[in-house]
Amino acid sequence: MLIFNCPHCGVAAEETELSGGGEAHLKRFGPGCSDADFEGYLFTRENPKGVHFERWRHAFGCGKWFIAARDTVTLEVFGTYPAQTSEPPREIFDRISEKRPGWSWCNLSGEA
Amino acid sequence: MKRYSAFAIVREALMNDHKGWERAWRNAQPKKRYDVVIVGAGGHGLATAYYLGKNFGITNVAVIEKGWLGGGNTGRNTTIIRSNYLQDASAAIYEKARSLYETMSQDLNYNVMFSPRGVMMLAQTEHEVRGYQRTAHANALQGVQTEFISPRRVKDIVPIINLDGPRYPVLGALWQERGGTARHDAVAWGYARACSAMGMDIIQQCEVTGVTRDGARVSGVDTSKGHIACEKLGIVVAGHSGELARMAGFRLPVESAPLQALVSEPIKPVMDCVVMANTVHGYMSQSDKGEMVIGGGTDSYNAFTQRGSFHHIEHTVAALIETFPMVSRLKMLRQWGGIVDMTGDRSPILSRTPVDGIFINCGWGTGGFKAIPGSGWGFAELMATGKSALCAEFGMDRFAKGRFIDESVAAGVAH
Repeated sequence: MLIFNCPHCGVAAEETELSGGGEAHLKRFGPGCSDADFEGYLFTRENPKGVHFERWRHAFGCGKWFIAARDTVTLEVFGTYPAQTSEPPREIFDRISEKRPGWSWCNLSGEA
Repeated sequence: MKRYSAFAIVREALMNDHKGWERAWRNAQPKKRYDVVIVGAGGHGLATAYYLGKNFGITNVAVIEKGWLGGGNTGRNTTIIRSNYLQDASAAIYEKARSLYETMSQDLNYNVMFSPRGVMMLAQTEHEVRGYQRTAHANALQGVQTEFISPRRVKDIVPIINLDGPRYPVLGALWQERGGTARHDAVAWGYARACSAMGMDIIQQCEVTGVTRDGARVSGVDTSKGHIACEKLGIVVAGHSGELARMAGFRLPVESAPLQALVSEPIKPVMDCVVMANTVHGYMSQSDKGEMVIGGGTDSYNAFTQRGSFHHIEHTVAALIETFPMVSRLKMLRQWGGIVDMTGDRSPILSRTPVDGIFINCGWGTGGFKAIPGSGWGFAELMATGKSALCAEFGMDRFAKGRFIDESVAAGVAH
């Protein structure tokens, strides 16, 4: 079972306390955008085998959204941070680079 | 290939001490070049290869597999076969598959143990009653034989069921008498044997590490057993479709998540059909060995763990105990997971791709086993001729166009 530390209330929350919100850091497109951009925003997903960033809501806790960095193969959690940001904080980058040298995800990548 | 028959058993028993049986298929090593390379030796990949050979005479084909033949979702599902879908495009391909299952053992000369024992989908809310009545009417127009039946007939067919569940009483059911189950491994083995007999190479433990291109066109694949050149490449890898697409240079509207199943200890025959209870979310059938085969839920997040989250088991088993109180005393023997590939509209993708010569067959999500022969039939036609009526609606461009095949909302099924 996945366990995340909620960055808002500090609770170590189990999977059953949380609801998953899918891929994080999606760039939103709306009226006036191209069909390809809109399709990408709505449907196309990174779906990596390895390092992944995704949104979670502490649904049966403080109710707030956060983002988790996680490995989809080992289920190792690299860290969590509040959702009000467009990219991961430095320490999450460093922690992933330490454990998965040369990782990449969408347009993000760590040092090898 | 020596044919299997009652006569062959007698011959082997009386004259050969059973030493005359051949290997069912050759464990081949790759040649430098093929007309068609199929990535993924699961049911869908092998069926594609089989119908390429049988229907189009294309036999210079390799089916390459990272692990072992049929070791992915083909060997991990709950073996249910049905075609009671709402949308015309889905009903067409699933009904094609179901009808091919009826004659598969004779066609392949391999006993796939297809058992048309009937599939029952319980209606446990007023909404489900209306939804399934609508599906039954749609199926009548599509030529798929289903009917909406009363609770009394449900009890006649499944005596162990509890009709007045504390939360959700059974109000009726959608009944497809010609649906059922088959031996999932045998489907993969049967197709593999037939492909091998046509001269195709099935190459196991051969992992694709890259896709090579010649301009806009595919030229082959890099694998752990060296480069294999090909004219056309079929990607049929379920949960790993995103990884293969990335190697080929395009992206997919697909997400991968574990779906799990479990089986109980074997017991005497108690239920001779498949029952799906989608409101409480559990489905169950009894295998020929006597085990109750139980399908569970999908994890709500991307993962490649092939086991699934523990709490889903509790959720599924709790639902089944409401529906079938007698299963509360059963011990569960085994649990496992498969990585299912979910698209935005929960319908599959059988399509050309942005790279010339590459075709993709994926997105079967939680319901691929039942579709294996129909999927192979249509996808082989698409790869051989460039178009297929069965696959026409399942192009990957439907997401940009908003032309969804919306089964997840329309049928509300566990697939």
